[in-house]
Amino acid sequence: MEPILKARGLVKRFGRVVALDHCDFDLMPDEILGVIGDNGAGKSTLIKAISGALSADDGEIWLEGQKVSFTSPIAARDAGIETVYQTLAMSPALSIADNMFMGREIRKQGWQGKWLRRLDRRAMETFARQKLSELGLLTIQNINQAVETLSGGQRQGVAVARAAAFGSKLIILDEPTAALGVKESRKVLNLIQDVKAKGVPIILISHNMPHVFEVCDRIHIHRLGRRLTVIDPKDHEMSDAVAFMTGAKDPT
Amino acid sequence: MSNSSQNFENGLEDAATTVAEFDHHDKGFVAQFHHALHTTPALVPLIVLIAAIVVFGLLLGSKFFSPFALTLILQQVQIVGIVAAAQSLVILTAGIDLSVGAIAVITSVFMGQFTFRYGLPVELAVAAGLTAGTLIGALNGWLVAVMRLPPFIVTLGMWQIVLAANFLYSANETIRSQDIAAQAPFLQFMGSKFKLGGAVFTYGVVFMVILVIVLAYALRSTAWGRHVYAVGDDPEAAELSGVNVKRTLISVYAVAGLICGFAGWALIGRIGSVSPTSGQLLNIESITAVVIGGISLFGGRGSIVGTFFGALIVGVFTLGLRLAGADAQWTYLLIGVLIIAAVAVDQWIRKVAA
Repeated sequence: MEPILKARGLVKRFGRVVALDHCDFDLMPDEILGVIGDNGAGKSTLIKAISGALSADDGEIWLEGQKVSFTSPIAARDAGIETVYQTLAMSPALSIADNMFMGREIRKQGWQGKWLRRLDRRAMETFARQKLSELGLLTIQNINQAVETLSGGQRQGVAVARAAAFGSKLIILDEPTAALGVKESRKVLNLIQDVKAKGVPIILISHNMPHVFEVCDRIHIHRLGRRLTVIDPKDHEMSDAVAFMTGAKDPT
Repeated sequence: MSNSSQNFENGLEDAATTVAEFDHHDKGFVAQFHHALHTTPALVPLIVLIAAIVVFGLLLGSKFFSPFALTLILQQVQIVGIVAAAQSLVILTAGIDLSVGAIAVITSVFMGQFTFRYGLPVELAVAAGLTAGTLIGALNGWLVAVMRLPPFIVTLGMWQIVLAANFLYSANETIRSQDIAAQAPFLQFMGSKFKLGGAVFTYGVVFMVILVIVLAYALRSTAWGRHVYAVGDDPEAAELSGVNVKRTLISVYAVAGLICGFAGWALIGRIGSVSPTSGQLLNIESITAVVIGGISLFGGRGSIVGTFFGALIVGVFTLGLRLAGADAQWTYLLIGVLIIAAVAVDQWIRKVAA
């Protein structure tokens, strides 16, 4: 089977630091791929290279067999790659609906949209409310409330909902459960399964081994700027994965 | 494998579903007021404006509370109001534009000199002035967005450059009001008056009001406006969520330059002549109106309508105190108090009460 996203020989240097050292990457259709690695292994750089937040110095990326080279997050997004960043990338003073549609606002039909460029608030609010309730993640009464008035878990939910609503090819989740409590984490994990059931593959970056081993089909272990190995969580113990990523043990 | 490690989640089965809540009935008047301010930031300047009009109306009676006096305030604030609208856009992006006054003056000089020195048709000269304002603004925006220089530094430099260019180009020459009225009255168009009862309006005043309405609409109901707020709030988050931050910033500074061009045109109407030494205080006065109007200097919060009220508050204080026979310094003193109070209120609003 052909990977939906394939990267070969990615290199990224920051001054004298090598963040990506001829790194390879494969994401198969319909899978949840975990990405784990020690701090400073280059996970974030790898994800940023794929999501267009930075461009690699060398190497190539193919999306569905087509060679791509993203110069901005907008370009990656237009190609169907949605990313939920650890910082969530939301504007605190703007409303939930505004945030969900940031950069892809819906204009009104007819002359108001065409000549006055008027936004169709009702359509955006309805859509946002529907997506949030589909996920059953939130107890939000007012879709127009500012994001800064939401709790951490609710914000995470809005960000994941935004990605799930618009990600057509694949979704990247960077530490989606890091800031959440047990209950909220469970909801996000269920949500990840829901998104997978819709046929959208997911890349999950996380430090939380139980979460990674529970939901992922394969696990990409990143070490010293490159892919060390890919393991099947059903065949390995968590302690093996930790040993691989810290260099305590070599994969055979 | 996963089951043994996930056992701690079994405790969730009987977990309570309630979320920590505040007692809603406990929400007192202050909390409700706070919430209202948080959602409608133009409320504070509106209240101050109405209070100021009422107080001066009671103190001075019909001398102040007449259509003539109230519309005189509009005429006196029109230039500051227009420039402050430009300033609001820039401050909403967490920037500041110190070159607004200089741009307004140089565009008025361009309009005058292009007509009188080169004999261009006056409409063309006005269009050229507006274009020049837009280009200077766009250059500011390019330096801020692409070269990533701090807006304060960029516009501080641009202020000096434009002002010096203004004196060099005009040779410090004023074009007299009589000459303009005789040969190119279109330059004074913004100053032409019309009466409605006792109220006197100029086209400059009408332009200011329309400008505020148009900008309020654009900021609220178009994607561009939402992007302006998002960029001011958190540029990195805006970029990651799909906003073209550079293009938004450049467009904001360019539109600000264009509006300053219109202010330059209105300036000719207001003072009658084209003078390279006019409008020196527009920077500070526009920032004052923006701050009193409740727009946060940290960006992303506030509304252009607030700025309009801010400009009017300054106008009401200025005229009211003058009619009351007070020393003009009292006006400055009170405006200083208002500025500090406005920022204090902004800080209070930012303390979020969900």
